[in-house]
Amino acid sequence: MALRKVKGNLERMFDKNLTDLVRGIRNNKETESKYISQCMEEIKTELRQDNLAVKANAVAKLTYLQMLGYDISWAGFNIIEVMSSPKFTYKRIGYLSASQCFHQDTEVLMLTTNMIRKDLNSHNMYDSGTALTGLACFISGDLARDLANDVMTLLTSTKPYLRKKAVLLLYKVFLKFPEALRPAFPRLKEKLEDPDPGVQSAAVNVICELARKNPKNYLSLAPVFFKLMTSSTNNWMLIKIIKLFGALTPLEPRLGKKLIEPLTNLIHSTSAMSLLYECINTVIAVLISISSGMPNHNASIQLCVQKLRILIEDSDQNLKYLGLLAMSKILKTHPKSVQAHKDLVLQCLDDKDESIRLRALDLLYGMVTKKTVMEIVRRLMTHMDRAEGTMYRDELLQKIILICSQNNFQYITNFEWYVSVLVELCRMEGTQHGGLIASQLMDVAIRVVAVREFTVGQMALLLDNAHVIVGPAAARSSIAEVLYAAAWICGEFSQLLANPKATLESMVRGKVVSLPGHIQAIYVHNMLKLYAHIIATAEEEDDSEMIEEVTNLLLERLPVFVSSGDLEVQERASCIVHIVTYVQKCHKHGDKVGADLALLMTGELNPVAPKAQKKVPLPDGLDLDAWINDPPSESEEEEDDALEKEIFVKADSSYKHRKEKYEPSEEELQKLRDARRAEQASNPYYVKSSALSSPRPNHNSIQVDEIPVTAIDLNVSLKIPGMTSLDKYQVVDGWQDGGKKRHKKQKKRSKRKGQVSSSSEEEINRMHVVNTDIGEMPEGAHLSDDYEIDDRPEDDPHRALDINLDEPLSPNEVLPTRTHYEAHAQRKIESNNEAKLIPSEIPLKMKTRNKKERKEKKEKTKKVKKEEKKVKKKPSRDANLILDLIDPLKETVISDKVPVAANHINGIADAKNKEKTSDDLDFWLSKELSQTPESCMDGTTKTASPSTPSSSKDDSKSKKTKTKKEKKAKKEKDRDKPEKKLKKNEKEIDTLSRNRDEYEETNGTVTQEVEEKLAVPEPQPYSRLLAEDSHIRIVYSTAAMDGVMSEILVCIKFISQSSKPISKLQLILPDSSALKMIRTPGKLVFETGYRLFPPKEMGMAVFQRKQRQPDPQSELVNLPWSLDPGESKETQLSFTAEDVTIPHKLRGSLSYIQDGSSSSSDISLRLEFPVTTFLSGKTASRATFTDLLSSGQLSARSSFTLPNCPWSFPEVLEELTLGGSLAVVECVDQTASLYGRSLHGHHVCLLVKYQASHHLTIDGKSTEGILLSNALDHLKTTLMQKQ
Amino acid sequence: MMQFMLLFSRQGKLRLQKWYEAHPDKVKKKITRELISTILARKPKMSSFLEWKDLKIVYKRYASLYFCCAIEQQDNELLTLEVIHRYVELLDKYFGSVCELDIIFNFEKAYFMLDELMVGGEVCETSKKNVLKAIAAQDLLQEEETPQGLFEDHGLG
Repeated sequence: MALRKVKGNLERMFDKNLTDLVRGIRNNKETESKYISQCMEEIKTELRQDNLAVKANAVAKLTYLQMLGYDISWAGFNIIEVMSSPKFTYKRIGYLSASQCFHQDTEVLMLTTNMIRKDLNSHNMYDSGTALTGLACFISGDLARDLANDVMTLLTSTKPYLRKKAVLLLYKVFLKFPEALRPAFPRLKEKLEDPDPGVQSAAVNVICELARKNPKNYLSLAPVFFKLMTSSTNNWMLIKIIKLFGALTPLEPRLGKKLIEPLTNLIHSTSAMSLLYECINTVIAVLISISSGMPNHNASIQLCVQKLRILIEDSDQNLKYLGLLAMSKILKTHPKSVQAHKDLVLQCLDDKDESIRLRALDLLYGMVTKKTVMEIVRRLMTHMDRAEGTMYRDELLQKIILICSQNNFQYITNFEWYVSVLVELCRMEGTQHGGLIASQLMDVAIRVVAVREFTVGQMALLLDNAHVIVGPAAARSSIAEVLYAAAWICGEFSQLLANPKATLESMVRGKVVSLPGHIQAIYVHNMLKLYAHIIATAEEEDDSEMIEEVTNLLLERLPVFVSSGDLEVQERASCIVHIVTYVQKCHKHGDKVGADLALLMTGELNPVAPKAQKKVPLPDGLDLDAWINDPPSESEEEEDDALEKEIFVKADSSYKHRKEKYEPSEEELQKLRDARRAEQASNPYYVKSSALSSPRPNHNSIQVDEIPVTAIDLNVSLKIPGMTSLDKYQVVDGWQDGGKKRHKKQKKRSKRKGQVSSSSEEEINRMHVVNTDIGEMPEGAHLSDDYEIDDRPEDDPHRALDINLDEPLSPNEVLPTRTHYEAHAQRKIESNNEAKLIPSEIPLKMKTRNKKERKEKKEKTKKVKKEEKKVKKKPSRDANLILDLIDPLKETVISDKVPVAANHINGIADAKNKEKTSDDLDFWLSKELSQTPESCMDGTTKTASPSTPSSSKDDSKSKKTKTKKEKKAKKEKDRDKPEKKLKKNEKEIDTLSRNRDEYEETNGTVTQEVEEKLAVPEPQPYSRLLAEDSHIRIVYSTAAMDGVMSEILVCIKFISQSSKPISKLQLILPDSSALKMIRTPGKLVFETGYRLFPPKEMGMAVFQRKQRQPDPQSELVNLPWSLDPGESKETQLSFTAEDVTIPHKLRGSLSYIQDGSSSSSDISLRLEFPVTTFLSGKTASRATFTDLLSSGQLSARSSFTLPNCPWSFPEVLEELTLGGSLAVVECVDQTASLYGRSLHGHHVCLLVKYQASHHLTIDGKSTEGILLSNALDHLKTTLMQKQ
Repeated sequence: MMQFMLLFSRQGKLRLQKWYEAHPDKVKKKITRELISTILARKPKMSSFLEWKDLKIVYKRYASLYFCCAIEQQDNELLTLEVIHRYVELLDKYFGSVCELDIIFNFEKAYFMLDELMVGGEVCETSKKNVLKAIAAQDLLQEEETPQGLFEDHGLG
């Protein structure tokens, strides 16, 4: 026995090791596959032995073979065996092999859970390290869930080596098990401040990756990262942080402003190109996010462009490439600054590297202007002649066409030139873009009426020289497509042909039959068009000879097409043959058929919008089954339209006129008509050129028919005489003087036409007008797309990671942990015993169990504490690895069962911190606004300061109850969009100040003006006197809480009028039946300075908060402060109303003690809540307003009139919008529409009309009649009172 | 995040592959084949970057070996070049003027080195010294095991 063992071992000594294998493969190059299959067999026998060393050797060899492309997935179990070896040498090989060939769907992975856990918790740090790196490659959802907690434990390891790897692994865990993100995040965040720079950098890496995918959840970390950025010198980490900021800035423009300074400093100082490049990229992102409003903003762009220029000029191709790449990003927002470097970009076109040339081409696409387009295209054309390789040449061709045609030919001033370019492009050999050229030719011919004749002339020449274009080399290219366009254009616009007969001849002549079928079909069809035209003209001139000639020509040639193999060609040809025969017959009888024949092809081409078909709305009341023969009449629709517009009962004409567009006067109309006629009569430039003032000196007017076609100059083989050549458009120098003359002429012309050049800054007028209509659209349809596209694919794991991290952790959000088998859980486990025996079923069952348990847990929250204590006893780690799984009684994986106490508490504490941070972020950023850019340099010291005000908050916070927290969260949500609100607000203010004459909806861009006004608060709440006596004056204001439905916030301001301090203020406000004060125990009151602030601002950290004595049941409100002489203080109370459609009143009293007097004084109070209190105009926008009006929801109507209103219109509006309960939606002349929304969601729309004779009418529509009449009553009384 | 790293020779033979994003074997082979042929077709004077599907490919040639990494759109190309260079430096230090044969015959060592440098597609350790230290410690661990293990394995211990 022993002898056999020794013998076996000796044999094994001669086994191939890895080196032998590699050497063997190298030596058997010819018979490699044979050799390897032989090795595979050997490996298989080796794996069957139970010696681990042999197995490890076999697995190592397998790993090598795997790299060569052989499938080794069959050895999965053996790999696990090797992984489970206690020896590091084998473990290492096992994990390496696993990381190479396992993936998340590998089935054997579920056997590894306990083994990996054991390795992670190993005493040997390299065991854990190997497990961590391996896990990063093959982690599956189940492994992530089961091992998340073990990885988390490693975060607190004493060895930075493990902490670092664990942090990086966490990212993979989150991807596979998103539920882990929230409980783990606080711990991850701590790692940003880890003493070890490697761990710190790893944490930055992970958070950067997370934040790039879902930036909005990580905004609150900005101050931390800012601090890191300004303090760290580790370039690897800096790059990641700067990249992270690049992802955050689009969400928070204020952050961008703060970043500019340190980033520009880095750009100036760094020598690392990678860092420089990253900084430039982020600065670009910042500049995109703050589109304007930065004074030194131009300097930053200039700096970036300068640095990029240095990169592009560098001899290193990589830097050149990246420079161009970044340049194209700047181009999108600041084209001017890039255009200055045109020379450089053009230079790059000559680069040896094709990818650099392509980048430069991309840049050129954005750089063209009206001025430069000709030169750029000329350069590209010369490049194309020189370019080797059809791929690049095709790319160039495509780019030329894209450059010229972008934005509806925005940059083309001379379409004749463009047609010449296109014709020139036809001569390029072997291009694949024939179709593109063809469609461009057709596009120009159809849309640019002015050059149509020129185009037709060129196309006739093309047809005539078809054999040159479609040469022998054309077989592989699609250049023949241009003949399609040529034939169509000549046929469609045959009346513009100089010599239709010649064209017809050139069409039937030659090797048309060799062209693709669809082109032949177009040829045949357009022959008919030409024929019809020729017949019609010939009949007029009584040229019977001509008629006979062409008829015979067609009858002679068409039969070739009748026998064509292409069905389309055959059908059309035979049809046309019969038409022509018929015409011939008629002519024999002496009948004239030309006009009738032409009728076949009449009709103007009309552009149709690309989405027209999709947008055809289903007309109201159209029942496709019943009304098949009775389409709904047009008049009905019109009536509907009228109804929609006349939304208000007595809407008068001024309201309707609001939407009317500018109407040109009769004189202007006449001018326009003249211009159009002049344009239509003939081509304004070329045919009549002799009649007009002399054209450009170097421009030969083209008279196609005068040029002898036969005189092909053989020296320049491909040049077609008469065909335009770009040479005459040489733009370099000659263009300039020619251009100037042209300008004068052009100006004159444009005056006559009554047209104004579209871009005044570039003084190049368009010579031709492009028809850029959006095209025909169904009535009432808009071109806009409002489809929101989520560009992330459905299965992107990052979708699941879009998790709000600022919300506090709830107690059931913990990482699943493995616990020791608990006695009281026995029953549950027993039911699962069966499953445990069959490992493959475990995951499934476990999942269902988790759900069950989650439900149970809600009921069992009391029990949780007990269990927590038990968990603290560490489960014993059993050395038996795989066996563990099979033996369910020893220990089991109970996921999601018991939260780990430490984790839990940690999480909640951190959540609080986070709440603070989001406060801080706002503060941190808002503070910056008031600072000069110089002072943000030392941002590091400043980021620390926000903790000062917030630390005082902390004591009170600990006593806070849950309800309060929720409320605060809501408030914070409101605050998240201050920008938006301020903007809207700003709009309102603007309206008021602008005399309301020219009210226009501003678009979303933040302008300089807006920035300056950021400090303007919300409309001041409208404060009313509550009570007053000799010692104290009390005013109050009400506001509907934005975002908190059905809650009214009342600010009561106490102003001391006494010479002595007043103390022990006590409000008594008993609830009425319909109005209740919200008494939350421990609710906070805000104590503010001397000014009334709207509630939103109150949340700012600058205000101190104090706790009011809770007194939940009684109507007493004790105010915890006293009033010094001359001081004023404020308190806020919240109320809810059951019915918001009727006005409410609340009676109460205030008692106080004046210092020095022993008895307290009382004042009675009367709080009034008119219905407008419950309205808020904050959501007003024109779109929702019109939607509402047209939806028909607003059933209730009411109105009132004030015949003698002493107030001016602006004053009336100011009065109506006071307190923010109503907002102006639209304001035209002396008419305005207002909108308000009640706390319970009723809509109120008002139309205010003011006539010159101080006659004020207010019409109202609402979803709730009582609310509307009460609101109007209130408004009327307020306005009357003012009188 | 780096998606994968490939090492291949001028003859188009794969020498090392590390995938940080899971793909089926077929896809991996297809990607490898495509990339190797594209990169080998590029001229030496060309830039080291190319756009490939929705990824960016960064490659660099060291002697007869091409190091090729795929990164995501927002990643920094120059940083990736630095990673590659750092890896080559590490291999050079470890093997002592590394050549292709070193990587062929000690491919597992090359993998171990890469695992110390990168974890899950992110740079893990930027200090060359630390990486080499970790590798040396692990090698030592192996050596300690081997002599004793040799006898044991062969039934003589």
